[in-house]
Amino acid sequence: MVEEVKPRVKTPKSAAAGEVVTIKALISHPMESGQRKGADGNLIPRRIINRFTCDLNGVNVIDVAIDPAVSTNPYFEFDAKVDAAGEFKFTWYDDDGSIYEDVKPIAIG
Amino acid sequence: MHRTATTVAALGLALAGAAFADPVEDTLVIEAGDGSTIEIVTKAPAPEHLKDVMDWVYSGWHYREDETRALERDDFDNPGMVYVDRGLDMWNAAIGKGGESCAGCHQGPESMAGLRAVTPRVDEKTGKLMTVESYVNECVTERMGLEAWNWTGNEMKDMLALISMQSRGMPVNVAIDGAAAPFWEKGKEIYYTRFGQLEMSCASCHEDNQGKFIRADHLSQGQINGFPTYRLKDAGILSAQQRFVGCVRDTRAETFKAGSDEFTALELYVASRGNGLSVEGVAVRH
Repeated sequence: MVEEVKPRVKTPKSAAAGEVVTIKALISHPMESGQRKGADGNLIPRRIINRFTCDLNGVNVIDVAIDPAVSTNPYFEFDAKVDAAGEFKFTWYDDDGSIYEDVKPIAIG
Repeated sequence: MHRTATTVAALGLALAGAAFADPVEDTLVIEAGDGSTIEIVTKAPAPEHLKDVMDWVYSGWHYREDETRALERDDFDNPGMVYVDRGLDMWNAAIGKGGESCAGCHQGPESMAGLRAVTPRVDEKTGKLMTVESYVNECVTERMGLEAWNWTGNEMKDMLALISMQSRGMPVNVAIDGAAAPFWEKGKEIYYTRFGQLEMSCASCHEDNQGKFIRADHLSQGQINGFPTYRLKDAGILSAQQRFVGCVRDTRAETFKAGSDEFTALELYVASRGNGLSVEGVAVRH
Protein backbone atom coordinates (compact mmCIF):
# COMPACT_ATOMS: atom_id res chain seq x y z
CA MET A 1 0.00 0.00 0.00
CA VAL A 2 2.68 2.48 1.02
CA GLU A 3 6.16 2.08 -0.44
CA GLU A 4 8.46 1.27 2.46
CA VAL A 5 11.70 2.41 0.82
CA LYS A 6 12.21 6.15 0.74
CA PRO A 7 15.50 8.05 0.40
CA ARG A 8 16.02 11.29 2.29
CA VAL A 9 19.03 13.57 1.82
CA LYS A 10 20.11 16.78 3.52
CA THR A 11 22.64 19.01 1.75
CA PRO A 12 23.34 22.73 2.00
CA LYS A 13 21.81 24.82 -0.80
CA SER A 14 25.05 26.65 -1.47
CA ALA A 15 28.73 26.62 -0.55
CA ALA A 16 31.83 28.78 -1.08
CA ALA A 17 34.14 27.47 -3.80
CA GLY A 18 36.44 24.87 -2.26
CA GLU A 19 34.32 24.57 0.88
CA VAL A 20 33.88 21.21 2.57
CA VAL A 21 30.20 20.57 3.28
CA THR A 22 28.49 17.92 5.39
CA ILE A 23 25.96 15.64 3.74
CA LYS A 24 23.44 13.44 5.50
CA ALA A 25 21.74 10.59 3.66
CA LEU A 26 19.17 8.18 5.04
CA ILE A 27 17.03 5.57 3.36
CA SER A 28 14.10 3.88 5.03
CA HIS A 29 14.64 0.18 4.41
CA PRO A 30 14.01 -2.97 6.48
CA MET A 31 17.61 -4.28 5.95
CA GLU A 32 16.50 -7.86 6.50
CA SER A 33 19.73 -9.68 7.37
CA GLY A 34 18.76 -13.12 6.07
CA GLN A 35 19.59 -14.71 9.41
CA ARG A 36 16.27 -14.24 11.16
CA LYS A 37 13.47 -16.77 11.20
CA GLY A 38 9.85 -15.88 10.60
CA ALA A 39 6.85 -17.11 12.58
CA ASP A 40 6.76 -20.27 10.42
CA GLY A 41 10.34 -21.19 11.38
CA ASN A 42 11.78 -20.57 7.93
CA LEU A 43 14.55 -18.10 7.25
CA ILE A 44 13.38 -14.71 6.04
CA PRO A 45 15.32 -14.12 2.82
CA ARG A 46 18.04 -11.53 2.93
CA ARG A 47 17.11 -8.15 1.52
CA ILE A 48 19.42 -5.24 2.23
CA ILE A 49 20.82 -2.15 0.56
CA ASN A 50 24.23 -3.52 -0.46
CA ARG A 51 25.79 -0.39 -1.92
CA PHE A 52 25.45 3.37 -1.58
CA THR A 53 27.18 5.96 -3.73
CA CYS A 54 27.31 9.73 -3.98
CA ASP A 55 28.62 11.61 -7.02
CA LEU A 56 29.18 15.34 -7.42
CA ASN A 57 29.04 16.44 -11.06
CA GLY A 58 29.92 12.94 -12.19
CA VAL A 59 32.90 12.58 -9.83
CA ASN A 60 32.56 9.96 -7.14
CA VAL A 61 32.50 11.29 -3.56
CA ILE A 62 31.80 8.11 -1.63
CA ASP A 63 31.11 4.49 -2.53
CA VAL A 64 30.04 2.26 0.35
CA ALA A 65 29.74 -1.53 0.37
CA ILE A 66 27.12 -2.50 2.94
CA ASP A 67 26.80 -5.85 4.68
CA PRO A 68 23.96 -7.47 6.64
CA ALA A 69 25.15 -6.21 10.04
CA VAL A 70 24.01 -2.69 9.17
CA SER A 71 20.73 -1.97 10.87
CA THR A 72 17.39 -0.85 9.51
CA ASN A 73 17.11 2.60 7.85
CA PRO A 74 20.85 3.02 7.11
CA TYR A 75 22.11 6.56 7.68
CA PHE A 76 25.37 7.99 6.35
CA GLU A 77 26.94 11.32 7.17
CA PHE A 78 30.02 12.40 5.26
CA ASP A 79 31.88 15.44 3.89
CA ALA A 80 32.36 16.56 0.31
CA LYS A 81 34.54 19.34 -1.12
CA VAL A 82 32.59 21.55 -3.50
CA ASP A 83 34.70 23.25 -6.21
CA ALA A 84 31.95 24.14 -8.68
CA ALA A 85 28.17 24.47 -8.73
CA GLY A 86 26.29 21.43 -9.91
CA GLU A 87 24.40 18.57 -8.41
CA PHE A 88 24.87 15.71 -6.00
CA LYS A 89 23.55 12.39 -7.17
CA PHE A 90 22.80 9.71 -4.58
CA THR A 91 22.21 6.08 -5.45
CA TRP A 92 21.18 3.13 -3.28
CA TYR A 93 21.36 -0.45 -4.61
CA ASP A 94 18.88 -3.00 -3.24
CA ASP A 95 19.46 -6.77 -3.13
CA ASP A 96 16.25 -7.22 -5.10
CA GLY A 97 17.74 -5.26 -8.01
CA SER A 98 15.90 -2.01 -7.28
CA ILE A 99 17.90 1.19 -7.54
CA TYR A 100 16.78 4.26 -5.63
CA GLU A 101 18.06 7.68 -6.62
CA ASP A 102 17.93 11.23 -5.36
CA VAL A 103 19.46 14.42 -6.72
CA LYS A 104 20.27 17.68 -4.90
CA PRO A 105 21.56 20.83 -6.59
CA ILE A 106 24.28 22.95 -4.99
CA ALA A 107 25.16 26.55 -5.86
CA ILE A 108 28.39 28.45 -5.34
CA GLY A 109 28.14 31.69 -3.40
CA MET B 1 49.06 -0.98 34.96
CA HIS B 2 46.02 -3.19 35.16
CA ARG B 3 45.05 -1.70 38.50
CA THR B 4 45.34 1.86 37.18
CA ALA B 5 43.07 1.05 34.28
CA THR B 6 40.47 -0.42 36.63
CA THR B 7 40.59 2.63 38.88
CA VAL B 8 40.12 4.97 35.96
CA ALA B 9 37.20 2.91 34.70
CA ALA B 10 35.59 2.84 38.13
CA LEU B 11 36.02 6.58 38.52
CA GLY B 12 34.49 7.13 35.10
CA LEU B 13 31.48 5.04 36.03
CA ALA B 14 31.03 6.88 39.31
CA LEU B 15 31.11 10.24 37.55
CA ALA B 16 28.70 9.09 34.89
CA GLY B 17 26.38 7.81 37.62
CA ALA B 18 26.44 11.14 39.42
CA ALA B 19 25.85 13.12 36.26
CA PHE B 20 22.84 11.01 35.33
CA ALA B 21 21.13 10.83 38.67
CA ASP B 22 18.64 13.63 38.08
CA PRO B 23 17.01 15.16 35.04
CA VAL B 24 19.69 16.98 33.04
CA GLU B 25 19.35 20.74 32.77
CA ASP B 26 19.21 21.41 29.05
CA THR B 27 16.95 23.08 26.51
CA LEU B 28 15.44 21.56 23.41
CA VAL B 29 15.33 23.61 20.23
CA ILE B 30 14.43 21.54 17.20
CA GLU B 31 15.67 22.32 13.71
CA ALA B 32 12.63 21.38 11.63
CA GLY B 33 12.74 19.83 8.18
CA ASP B 34 11.86 23.16 6.52
CA GLY B 35 14.78 24.95 8.21
CA SER B 36 12.72 26.71 10.88
CA THR B 37 13.36 26.19 14.58
CA ILE B 38 10.87 25.20 17.23
CA GLU B 39 11.42 25.73 20.92
CA ILE B 40 10.05 22.91 23.04
CA VAL B 41 8.95 23.34 26.64
CA THR B 42 10.45 20.32 28.39
CA LYS B 43 10.23 21.64 31.94
CA ALA B 44 7.12 23.31 33.30
CA PRO B 45 5.54 24.12 36.67
CA ALA B 46 3.49 21.14 37.83
CA PRO B 47 -0.24 21.36 37.05
CA GLU B 48 -2.53 22.26 39.94
CA HIS B 49 -3.59 18.68 40.74
CA LEU B 50 0.06 17.62 41.20
CA LYS B 51 1.15 20.56 43.34
CA ASP B 52 1.38 18.56 46.55
CA VAL B 53 3.59 15.83 45.05
CA MET B 54 5.99 17.76 42.81
CA ASP B 55 6.93 21.30 41.84
CA TRP B 56 8.11 20.71 38.28
CA VAL B 57 7.24 18.35 35.49
CA TYR B 58 9.97 17.22 33.11
CA SER B 59 9.72 15.65 29.69
CA GLY B 60 11.39 12.24 29.47
CA TRP B 61 13.87 13.96 27.15
CA HIS B 62 15.72 15.27 30.23
CA TYR B 63 16.42 11.75 31.45
CA ARG B 64 18.15 10.43 28.34
CA GLU B 65 21.83 10.53 27.42
CA ASP B 66 23.46 13.37 25.45
CA GLU B 67 23.49 11.36 22.22
CA THR B 68 19.83 10.39 22.46
CA ARG B 69 18.81 13.96 23.27
CA ALA B 70 20.81 15.23 20.29
CA LEU B 71 18.86 13.02 17.88
CA GLU B 72 15.72 14.99 18.62
CA ARG B 73 17.34 18.36 17.88
CA ASP B 74 17.35 17.90 14.11
CA ASP B 75 14.45 16.42 12.20
CA PHE B 76 16.84 14.79 9.79
CA ASP B 77 18.56 12.92 12.59
CA ASN B 78 15.26 11.92 14.20
CA PRO B 79 14.49 8.42 12.88
CA GLY B 80 10.82 8.93 13.76
CA MET B 81 10.43 11.27 10.79
CA VAL B 82 10.56 8.26 8.45
CA TYR B 83 7.24 7.19 9.96
CA VAL B 84 5.81 10.69 9.67
CA ASP B 85 6.65 10.59 5.94
CA ARG B 86 4.94 7.24 5.60
CA GLY B 87 1.93 8.64 7.43
CA LEU B 88 1.80 11.52 4.95
CA ASP B 89 1.82 9.12 1.98
CA MET B 90 -1.04 7.22 3.61
CA TRP B 91 -2.90 10.48 4.30
CA ASN B 92 -2.90 11.32 0.59
CA ALA B 93 -3.52 7.77 -0.69
CA ALA B 94 -7.00 6.75 -1.83
CA ILE B 95 -7.23 3.81 0.55
CA GLY B 96 -11.00 3.80 1.24
CA LYS B 97 -13.44 1.33 -0.29
CA GLY B 98 -14.89 4.07 -2.45
CA GLY B 99 -11.52 5.68 -3.13
CA GLU B 100 -11.69 7.97 -0.09
CA SER B 101 -8.51 9.47 1.33
CA CYS B 102 -7.84 11.41 4.53
CA ALA B 103 -6.92 14.42 2.39
CA GLY B 104 -10.27 14.21 0.57
CA CYS B 105 -12.18 15.38 3.66
CA HIS B 106 -9.52 16.99 5.85
CA GLN B 107 -7.31 18.66 3.20
CA GLY B 108 -3.74 18.89 4.49
CA PRO B 109 -2.61 17.23 7.71
CA GLU B 110 -2.25 20.78 9.18
CA SER B 111 -6.01 20.58 9.76
CA MET B 112 -5.17 18.23 12.65
CA ALA B 113 -3.11 20.90 14.46
CA GLY B 114 -3.92 20.93 18.15
CA LEU B 115 -5.63 17.54 18.30
CA ARG B 116 -2.75 15.67 19.93
CA ALA B 117 -2.44 18.37 22.60
CA VAL B 118 -6.00 17.93 23.88
CA THR B 119 -6.51 14.17 23.57
CA PRO B 120 -7.65 11.94 25.17
CA ARG B 121 -10.86 13.95 25.36
CA VAL B 122 -14.53 13.15 25.75
CA ASP B 123 -16.58 13.22 22.57
CA GLU B 124 -19.54 15.51 23.19
CA LYS B 125 -22.02 13.46 21.16
CA THR B 126 -21.20 9.94 22.27
CA GLY B 127 -19.71 10.59 25.71
CA LYS B 128 -16.83 8.28 24.85
CA LEU B 129 -13.22 9.01 25.77
CA MET B 130 -11.42 9.48 22.46
CA THR B 131 -7.72 9.24 21.65
CA VAL B 132 -6.15 10.11 18.31
CA GLU B 133 -6.28 6.39 17.51
CA SER B 134 -10.04 6.23 18.22
CA TYR B 135 -10.66 9.16 15.88
CA VAL B 136 -8.57 7.54 13.15
CA ASN B 137 -10.40 4.25 13.48
CA GLU B 138 -13.76 6.01 13.44
CA CYS B 139 -12.85 7.47 10.04
CA VAL B 140 -11.37 4.21 8.79
CA THR B 141 -14.41 2.11 9.65
CA GLU B 142 -17.32 4.54 9.23
CA ARG B 143 -16.23 6.78 6.38
CA MET B 144 -13.75 4.63 4.49
CA GLY B 145 -15.59 1.32 4.85
CA LEU B 146 -12.49 -0.57 5.94
CA GLU B 147 -11.75 -3.00 8.75
CA ALA B 148 -10.57 -1.15 11.85
CA TRP B 149 -6.80 -0.72 11.97
CA ASN B 150 -4.86 -2.61 14.57
CA TRP B 151 -4.42 -0.17 17.47
CA THR B 152 -0.66 -0.69 17.51
CA GLY B 153 -0.21 -1.63 13.83
CA ASN B 154 2.04 0.16 11.38
CA GLU B 155 -0.70 2.09 9.56
CA MET B 156 -2.10 3.37 12.84
CA LYS B 157 1.25 4.44 14.26
CA ASP B 158 2.38 6.11 11.02
CA MET B 159 -0.85 8.11 11.04
CA LEU B 160 -0.51 8.86 14.75
CA ALA B 161 3.03 10.15 14.13
CA LEU B 162 1.84 12.42 11.31
CA ILE B 163 -1.08 13.80 13.32
CA SER B 164 1.03 14.36 16.46
CA MET B 165 3.60 16.29 14.44
CA GLN B 166 0.96 18.88 13.57
CA SER B 167 0.74 19.83 17.26
CA ARG B 168 4.48 19.98 17.85
CA GLY B 169 5.42 22.80 20.22
CA MET B 170 1.85 23.29 21.48
CA PRO B 171 1.33 22.83 25.22
CA VAL B 172 -0.40 19.65 26.36
CA ASN B 173 -3.77 20.75 27.68
CA VAL B 174 -6.15 17.88 28.33
CA ALA B 175 -9.41 18.62 30.15
CA ILE B 176 -9.85 16.81 33.45
CA ASP B 177 -13.11 18.33 34.63
CA GLY B 178 -16.70 18.10 33.42
CA ALA B 179 -17.41 15.04 31.32
CA ALA B 180 -13.77 13.95 31.56
CA ALA B 181 -13.76 13.82 35.36
CA PRO B 182 -14.96 10.21 35.83
CA PHE B 183 -12.43 8.94 33.26
CA TRP B 184 -9.70 10.98 34.90
CA GLU B 185 -10.56 9.56 38.35
CA LYS B 186 -10.46 6.05 36.91
CA GLY B 187 -7.08 6.73 35.32
CA LYS B 188 -5.77 8.14 38.57
CA GLU B 189 -6.91 5.06 40.44
CA ILE B 190 -5.04 2.83 37.96
CA TYR B 191 -1.95 5.03 38.28
CA TYR B 192 -1.78 4.45 42.02
CA THR B 193 -2.84 0.77 41.98
CA ARG B 194 -0.07 -1.77 42.54
CA PHE B 195 -0.06 -4.43 39.84
CA GLY B 196 1.71 -7.71 39.27
CA GLN B 197 3.88 -10.05 41.29
CA LEU B 198 6.24 -7.15 41.99
CA GLU B 199 3.33 -5.10 43.30
CA MET B 200 4.36 -1.88 41.65
CA SER B 201 2.18 1.04 40.65
CA CYS B 202 3.06 3.68 38.08
CA ALA B 203 3.79 5.97 41.03
CA SER B 204 6.31 3.53 42.56
CA CYS B 205 8.76 4.34 39.78
CA HIS B 206 7.66 7.56 38.17
CA GLU B 207 6.61 9.58 41.20
CA ASP B 208 8.43 8.18 44.26
CA ASN B 209 11.70 7.28 42.53
CA GLN B 210 12.00 9.40 39.41
CA GLY B 211 15.60 10.40 38.73
CA LYS B 212 16.95 7.19 40.32
CA PHE B 213 17.97 4.00 38.62
CA ILE B 214 16.05 0.73 38.56
CA ARG B 215 18.87 -1.58 37.59
CA ALA B 216 20.15 0.04 34.38
CA ASP B 217 17.05 2.13 33.67
CA HIS B 218 16.98 5.80 34.52
CA LEU B 219 13.50 6.48 35.81
CA SER B 220 11.74 9.47 34.30
CA GLN B 221 8.46 10.99 35.42
CA GLY B 222 6.74 8.84 32.83
CA GLN B 223 5.45 11.82 30.88
CA ILE B 224 3.82 11.05 27.52
CA ASN B 225 4.06 14.48 25.86
CA GLY B 226 6.77 13.02 23.59
CA PHE B 227 4.68 10.10 22.35
CA PRO B 228 4.49 8.55 19.88
CA THR B 229 8.21 8.17 20.26
CA TYR B 230 10.95 6.53 18.23
CA ARG B 231 12.49 3.99 20.54
CA LEU B 232 16.07 3.09 19.70
CA LYS B 233 15.70 -0.27 21.41
CA ASP B 234 12.83 -1.26 19.13
CA ALA B 235 14.07 0.59 16.03
CA GLY B 236 10.46 1.62 15.64
CA ILE B 237 7.73 3.95 16.72
CA LEU B 238 5.87 3.36 19.97
CA SER B 239 2.56 4.78 21.18
CA ALA B 240 1.87 5.77 24.78
CA GLN B 241 -0.42 2.81 25.46
CA GLN B 242 2.14 0.41 24.02
CA ARG B 243 4.57 1.80 26.57
CA PHE B 244 1.96 1.24 29.31
CA VAL B 245 1.75 -2.41 28.23
CA GLY B 246 5.54 -2.70 28.59
CA CYS B 247 5.54 -1.07 32.01
CA VAL B 248 2.73 -3.18 33.46
CA ARG B 249 4.25 -6.34 31.96
CA ASP B 250 7.50 -5.51 33.73
CA THR B 251 5.67 -5.67 37.05
CA ARG B 252 4.94 -9.30 36.08
CA ALA B 253 1.24 -8.64 35.66
CA GLU B 254 -1.27 -9.61 33.02
CA THR B 255 -1.59 -6.27 31.26
CA PHE B 256 -4.58 -4.42 29.92
CA LYS B 257 -4.60 -4.21 26.15
CA ALA B 258 -3.59 -1.12 24.20
CA GLY B 259 -6.85 0.59 23.31
CA SER B 260 -8.72 -0.82 26.34
CA ASP B 261 -10.95 1.45 28.45
CA GLU B 262 -8.49 1.10 31.33
CA PHE B 263 -5.43 2.24 29.40
CA THR B 264 -7.36 5.02 27.64
CA ALA B 265 -8.40 6.38 31.04
CA LEU B 266 -4.79 6.01 32.20
CA GLU B 267 -3.58 7.85 29.10
CA LEU B 268 -5.85 10.76 30.02
CA TYR B 269 -4.56 10.83 33.58
CA VAL B 270 -0.89 10.55 32.60
CA ALA B 271 -1.34 13.19 29.88
CA SER B 272 -2.87 15.52 32.49
CA ARG B 273 0.26 15.15 34.63
CA GLY B 274 2.14 16.74 31.73
CA ASN B 275 -0.25 19.66 31.10
CA GLY B 276 2.03 22.57 30.23
CA LEU B 277 4.80 20.57 28.55
CA SER B 278 5.07 20.83 24.76
CA VAL B 279 3.87 18.11 22.45
CA GLU B 280 7.14 16.84 20.96
CA GLY B 281 5.51 15.32 17.90
CA VAL B 282 7.77 12.35 17.49
CA ALA B 283 10.31 12.18 20.30
CA VAL B 284 13.41 9.98 20.46
CA ARG B 285 14.02 7.81 23.50
CA HIS B 286 16.19 4.79 24.10
